[in-house]
Amino acid sequence: MADTVTAESSRKPSKWSMVGKNPRTMPLEDIDLSHPGIWEANEHLPFLARLREEAPVHYCRHSAVGSYWSIMKHSDIMAVDTSPAIYSSEPTIGIVDMLPEFDAPSFIAMDPPRHNAQRKVVQPVVAPENLKKLSGTIRRRAAGILDELPVKEEFDWVERVSIDLTTRMLATLFDFPFEDRYKLTYWSDMATAIPGGGVAESYEHRWRAMQECLTCFTELRNERINKPPGNDLLSMLAHGEATRDMPPMEFLGNILLLVVGGNDTTRNSISGGVLALNRFPDEYGKLRRDPSLIPNMVSEIIRWQTPLAYMRRTAKVDTELRGQRIRAGDKVVMWYASGNRDPKMFEQADDFRIDRPNARRHVSFGFGIHRCMGNRLAELQLRILWEEILKRFHRVEVTGEPKRVYSSFINGYTELPVVLHPL
Amino acid sequence: MIKVTFIEHDGTERSVEAVDGNSLMLAAVSNNVPGIDADCGGCCSCGTCHVYVNEEWIDKLKPMDDDEEDMLDMVDDRRSNSRLACQITVRENLDGLVVTTPEFQF
Repeated sequence: MADTVTAESSRKPSKWSMVGKNPRTMPLEDIDLSHPGIWEANEHLPFLARLREEAPVHYCRHSAVGSYWSIMKHSDIMAVDTSPAIYSSEPTIGIVDMLPEFDAPSFIAMDPPRHNAQRKVVQPVVAPENLKKLSGTIRRRAAGILDELPVKEEFDWVERVSIDLTTRMLATLFDFPFEDRYKLTYWSDMATAIPGGGVAESYEHRWRAMQECLTCFTELRNERINKPPGNDLLSMLAHGEATRDMPPMEFLGNILLLVVGGNDTTRNSISGGVLALNRFPDEYGKLRRDPSLIPNMVSEIIRWQTPLAYMRRTAKVDTELRGQRIRAGDKVVMWYASGNRDPKMFEQADDFRIDRPNARRHVSFGFGIHRCMGNRLAELQLRILWEEILKRFHRVEVTGEPKRVYSSFINGYTELPVVLHPL
Repeated sequence: MIKVTFIEHDGTERSVEAVDGNSLMLAAVSNNVPGIDADCGGCCSCGTCHVYVNEEWIDKLKPMDDDEEDMLDMVDDRRSNSRLACQITVRENLDGLVVTTPEFQF
């Protein structure tokens, strides 16, 4: 029966996949970074390096998602990201154009002035004074999770720590029913899933999950409308002037933006930090000797991991970049995962160095008016988590190969086996 | 020699020398003045070098452009004298400039 076929087993080898191909000899014009295969197989870095050196503004004519430009260098990414009048965030920031019936617009995919008006409504939830209040909760939750973990016995760090901590945080930000918080993880995973990639079976399957999400959040919103304004995201959306009369699809789009934005990204930075410290054990020693390096290490983790590999823009007008003629309507993809490994910006860019002096100059949060709204919250969560880890464990040892997400957008892990060594 | 003064939210004052033609943000960062993060390195794209310009100096500054206006739209606790330090070029006529830094950069 079709219903019993799991998504995993239904994935067919794609003719677009570049897995196993030689990044040094492949014709430049055939390189397609958009296909998830090389990202899942962890073969993407040499392709990024090749384009950065030989074709930093690269045109991919044929791919499963159509033609698109790739922007590879740190400085060019900054230039594109800070020119919203030329490079629009509309209609969407993913490489795939959404079918109109599945379209859930949100302010990440809007230009000024609508973007600014809607963003302002929810921004206070991550305002500095609110973060101060949240930091105690984050520390209690992080400590609670770490104290429950098995020691000297292998377990999956992604499931037990990365997902659990970010999901608890997200439930707090939305004031979402705490016992149902696993639903947030499910919707977040579904929202970014590629049909056939192991999470969603089809676009319809994904859409059903999104409808459930909309129904659930609409009920919660209706409850909040009838209560005095509160400090949670849902109450802000329900009462905010620019957001209270949103049509259902736009409401869904903004919910998904906040769910995915607060979930996948931090989750994969939590996993990525553990992996990086294991790949670069000298840095782990440095960290133990000097925990005051944690804040800078957090920036370095976010650079090294780059949890969102890219953001897409669409050229509004004919323009030129590095001698390449980009035409109005062309898709333009800023590969943050490449900008963060640009040796012009970062010395020995592939190395993880917790005391890297310019780690904060990473592009993982993007730049300009769309710069990540939750950046300070993300940094706070990572900082507190590492402070609490160092209080308890001598080492979080990675004991097997991580499994990576089948996505060229979410640059992260589905599994990371570890063993804890207590102090 | 151009002198500019940064006052922290708690009242701590720091006067530093600024280089003619450089930005006010650079004067802060290169003299280790706290309270200015300048995450983007000074291209008006992060909003983390937000300052409040003391009233008597406001009219001496060049008016802000649309980019700065958009970025300031995003910062926490924007006031009528809010500016981004990376967009203020220090010249002789700004000798003595006084700005206050917010408690937090967003």
